[in-house]
Amino acid sequence: MKISINGNVKQFENEKLTISALMLTLNLTGKRLAIEKNGAIVPRSQFSEVQLQDGDVLEIVGAVGGG
Amino acid sequence: MSEQLIIAGKSYHSRLLVGTGKYKDFTETRAAIDASGAQIVTVAIRRTNIGQTAGAPSLLEYLPPEEFTYLPNTAGCYSADDAVRTLRLARELLDGHKLVKLEVLGDPKTLYPNVIETISAAKVLVKEGFDVMVYTSDDPIIAKQLEDIGCCAVMPLASLIGSGMGILNPWNLQIIIENAKIPVLVDAGVGCAGDAAIAMELGCDGVLMNTAIAAARDPIMMAGAMKKAIEAGRESYLAGRMPKKLYSASPSSPSAGLITAA
Repeated sequence: MKISINGNVKQFENEKLTISALMLTLNLTGKRLAIEKNGAIVPRSQFSEVQLQDGDVLEIVGAVGGG
Repeated sequence: MSEQLIIAGKSYHSRLLVGTGKYKDFTETRAAIDASGAQIVTVAIRRTNIGQTAGAPSLLEYLPPEEFTYLPNTAGCYSADDAVRTLRLARELLDGHKLVKLEVLGDPKTLYPNVIETISAAKVLVKEGFDVMVYTSDDPIIAKQLEDIGCCAVMPLASLIGSGMGILNPWNLQIIIENAKIPVLVDAGVGCAGDAAIAMELGCDGVLMNTAIAAARDPIMMAGAMKKAIEAGRESYLAGRMPKKLYSASPSSPSAGLITAA
């Protein structure tokens, strides 16, 4: 399936993929991040339950230096 | 000094708020913030790097959220919708954290705030339970409207973001301070310690700055200078300056008892 992550479309072999599994694949596990799926925030507590689907649009953000 | 800055019910002994951008590296960021004595630090919310740099250290490791009060901002947002969306993500990112800095820009060249969009975003955020510290122009009417909406602090610019041009309109800032029942902080435009002291002497409750420290030749020394300037300016304000006596000198030494020619 194809998932858009931060504006880039990525292809995944998996038929089924939770957000937690995706984060593991992207080496993001343990990072403090917030995720929006198709415009709605996914609470961190639901990362292991929420299944991704072909065509999903994800925004994955973190805190960076700024004024 | 026992008197504290109170924002959204929480007290802070430091009246200097600092940004975390534009430093050489996170070690310098941390050292400068330690020297500044700031307790509230602003952060930006950005797309995380996917790929090779995924394992790189993060700002949060150098500035643990347990040690500092984070102030996530909406820098780079040009619409109320984008700003609200960014701060909803920030709240999720920081475990329900409510204190935020709202800024909605109107022009990429000057980074001047779009107050219409700012007001519209502030209304939504206050309704959703955020404690909104709001960056705005030095227009006293807009500042009052933002207070009436329910913002917890109003933060007029001294001059353009990152310009270091100092306080261009102290008279407007004074009107805003006189009218406000919530803390007024100067945000943006401070260039040196003297500017920070002047802001505090005008009666500001605090100053938020980033570039003035980060872009100094020695950011850590400048951070220390800013800390002292904020404290000196505050004490000077509280002490109450002497009245200005234009063209009317008054000797500090006694006029009597002078030796005279025999």
